[in-house]
Amino acid sequence: MSPPPTASALREQQAYVAAQAADARVNVELDTGDMTLNIGPQHPATHGTLRIACQLDGEQVISAEPLMGYMHRGYEKLCEVRTYPQCTTLINRIDWLGSFANEVPFILAAEQLMGVEAPPRAQWIRTILFELSRIANVSLFLGDMGVQVGALTPVFFAFRDRERVLNQIEEVTGGRFHPNFDRIGGLKDDIPRGWIAETHAVMAKMRGFCDEMEDLLMGNEIFQTRCRSVGVIPGDVALSYGLSGANLRASGVDWDLRRDANPGLAWDQVDWRVWTHPDGDSFARYWVRLQETREATKIVDQLLDGIPSGPIMAKVPRIIKVPAGEAYVSTENPLGEMGYYVVSKGGLGPFRVKIRTPSFSNISVVPWVMRGTYVPDIITILGSLYFILGDIDR
Amino acid sequence: MTDLLGLAYWAETSIKLGVALIVIPTAALMLGYLFLLKMMAFMQSRLGPQDVGPYGTLQLIADAVKFLQKEDIHPAAADRRVFRAAPVVVLASSFLLFVVLPTGPDAVVENLDTGIFYAMAVSSLSVLGVLMAGWASANKYALLGGLRAAGQLIAYELPLILAVMGVVIQADSLNLQQIVRAQAEGEIFGFGLIGNPFILTQFVGFLIFMIAAQAELTQTPFDMPVAETELVGGFHVEYTGFRFLLFFMAEVATAFAFSALATVMFLGGWWIPGFDFDAPVLNVLGPVVMLVKILLVAFIIFWIRFTYPRLREDQLQKFAWKVLIPLSLANIVVTGIFKVVL
Amino acid sequence: MADDTGDDQADGAAAPGDEARDALAAELSELLGDAVVESHVEAGQNLWLRIDIEHWHAAMSALHDAGFAYFGFLSAVDWTDAPEGRYEDTEFDAAGVGEEDDEASSATAEETVRRGGGETRFQLLAQLHSPARHVAVLIKADVPEAASSDGSSAPASVPSIIDVFAGADWHEREAHEMFGLVFDGHPNLAHIYLPTEFEGHPLRKDFPLLARAVKPWPGVVDIEEIPPELEAQLEAEVMAEFEASGAGT
Repeated sequence: MSPPPTASALREQQAYVAAQAADARVNVELDTGDMTLNIGPQHPATHGTLRIACQLDGEQVISAEPLMGYMHRGYEKLCEVRTYPQCTTLINRIDWLGSFANEVPFILAAEQLMGVEAPPRAQWIRTILFELSRIANVSLFLGDMGVQVGALTPVFFAFRDRERVLNQIEEVTGGRFHPNFDRIGGLKDDIPRGWIAETHAVMAKMRGFCDEMEDLLMGNEIFQTRCRSVGVIPGDVALSYGLSGANLRASGVDWDLRRDANPGLAWDQVDWRVWTHPDGDSFARYWVRLQETREATKIVDQLLDGIPSGPIMAKVPRIIKVPAGEAYVSTENPLGEMGYYVVSKGGLGPFRVKIRTPSFSNISVVPWVMRGTYVPDIITILGSLYFILGDIDR
Repeated sequence: MTDLLGLAYWAETSIKLGVALIVIPTAALMLGYLFLLKMMAFMQSRLGPQDVGPYGTLQLIADAVKFLQKEDIHPAAADRRVFRAAPVVVLASSFLLFVVLPTGPDAVVENLDTGIFYAMAVSSLSVLGVLMAGWASANKYALLGGLRAAGQLIAYELPLILAVMGVVIQADSLNLQQIVRAQAEGEIFGFGLIGNPFILTQFVGFLIFMIAAQAELTQTPFDMPVAETELVGGFHVEYTGFRFLLFFMAEVATAFAFSALATVMFLGGWWIPGFDFDAPVLNVLGPVVMLVKILLVAFIIFWIRFTYPRLREDQLQKFAWKVLIPLSLANIVVTGIFKVVL
Repeated sequence: MADDTGDDQADGAAAPGDEARDALAAELSELLGDAVVESHVEAGQNLWLRIDIEHWHAAMSALHDAGFAYFGFLSAVDWTDAPEGRYEDTEFDAAGVGEEDDEASSATAEETVRRGGGETRFQLLAQLHSPARHVAVLIKADVPEAASSDGSSAPASVPSIIDVFAGADWHEREAHEMFGLVFDGHPNLAHIYLPTEFEGHPLRKDFPLLARAVKPWPGVVDIEEIPPELEAQLEAEVMAEFEASGAGT
């Protein structure tokens, strides 16, 4: 693979935008005013209540500014008046498609402060559930991206196959969307009998789903025409905007917290690789996510075969009091880096929780990347950046 | 041929009119149910409607009743007269298309000498309705949709007509009955049993026609004027109730009409191999043959609609001007050379 | 790991000494000179640097140039205790706090709670990654309070870093609306989540959480009290099982 596009690509894009704008100026004989188009808050492409205020010249975007807060729930404040176990109920609802993965960094941060470490079996099952929620989350993206560019069918396949993964999560945790299963010091329960074999079968199905998406959508010429060179984010821009997850890796930056800052889960026990793509466009983001879904099924398969025996709960007091201190733990969630900065003053609940959500940073690049694109590209770019509204607004 | 049953002109015309008025909504319902509801559902691993009638067959009728019950809403800033007229214009365009479609030696509403010319002309009318709807809705999304439809018109109408030209040259006629006759009486290397469906000699023309028809029908991959995920329905975003129903009916009925046009021009029309071209029995069998072929063509149209993503407006323009139009011009030249040489 | 590059091995396995982070702390202290007021390493976890607020912008751009070019987040902490407490003075919570040993919440804990020290009410907090070195650093700065015209005190303004890290834009807006911090040089310090006409800074500790103030928190009632004798028995059982399995060492 060629090196990641950096400043030169950035200059190229800016030159392109300038040329387009100059063309537009020359071609306009009558002076037409710009049109303000509000995409959202109720718009199918924002899958939630995000509003993007666009200045349009014809179909060309002059500026685009995301306006959020329609779903702001104030979790950081609410966490301050809850006990640690109660916080996970809220945290489940930040990225509602990958709920279990949300709980993990918060629990890990609390464990770090308490000096508790979950037993290996719990760590492995955590990692498995973490990767299962990644598959459930990202597989929906793989189908939904089709809808964003106008193909109706892939999303139904995604819903169909995601159901299998949700069933597996439900069998362990009892919850499909909001498991609330992670505990400080381990897990609420062990996995049920027969679950390992079932999950192996589901993982094989999900690999089939990935192949299907590759055939049906990613290999499609129209899809490629719509996505290639659309919304190019060079690596240095991505870093400076704090993009994370597949969005960053699609810009050629080899960075994955699962590998680079593993906070103690079982990723270093199995064989997998981090995929990057040098292009930084919408297609690269789709490609990276597709590869990552495949990789996640492999991780789960390997982890399932090697779950150590032992207890699933460390010895922790019944009433959890966290010693004073500060801790920041972040993990590579389905959407990107999800981190919790937990400040404890030694009480039953956190003194302050800063929730670093991936979508917030990922969407902050929108004003930069949207300039000079066309109206349909807004949807493509938004879709490929892949945000969950609860993850932006918290 | 007009005195088949020996009826007066007015009686014959009213019979034809009555049949057309029954056929068009039925055709729309059939396509809607078969393809839009059931086939799409099966392709997307769903079941589709189940409850209304056997296998959900009456679902669309229930939907129509629901639409009729809804309040007729005009946006406050809308140009009311134009807003109301737009769906009628679109539906009229697809009704007018049915006038020239032959389904048997005598089973045609009006056998115009310039039938194909007429069909092309009235099919473009629908864009006018779309533009009216987009403008009159006083909605930015609708306006963008309407403008896209207008921009699209030039891009795909030209290849559509140029693709038809090949057929016209080969058949020596603009009359749709004559085109069917030319296919029925044609021969493939001296083998005349199945006639010479123009899909064989005009395959390039058929492909271009189908692609352009997809754009005319605003079906994916050329559904930018509608574009649910971008323009949330485009030009018909402000329409509710029976006005939306008219748009919906027009969309499906036009799909039916274009499948019929493709059948007549490329698939041999209503003629059945082995029958005399003027055999009266074909007035009964012809429509059945036509229906089967139409469903086949419509299947392809809807199959593509459910499978493909949507192009961007500028990409469609590029595709139309750089690929479709040169290709169809080349097709005309080659057809002309063969016509003169052979 | 398939393409493990080796240097991240230090990350997971560096506790308890964590020489890597100590070395990094020394290196960055040298790089930033007297901008660094204090540094703190929590072995195997994180590295905190506390920076003089005067040098906030210079330090951030120096770190950017030193390879810490990946912006994590920017936020703030309000270190005062909320005047109304945590709305938790129910029987259960009182019991919970009472029955455990209380040394953590005593006054001495206040000294150790702040990683990297500091004494102002507001502390600015940011995190930067170094993609090449696979390590992150948490940066803090004390925001002094200046008396404002109406007699109350307000946090002094802070230089904005959006020219160094473009992504800091929204984070600074959020810190502005939630804590009332003012970022000099930020072009559009408007509300990001809250309505434009919203008054107050919700994440300040003196901003009351009205929902809690008007209605007692129902969340505690669903925790059932276990009789003490039963609890001792349960605990013994759990411990026996735990030790029999041979894990947890």
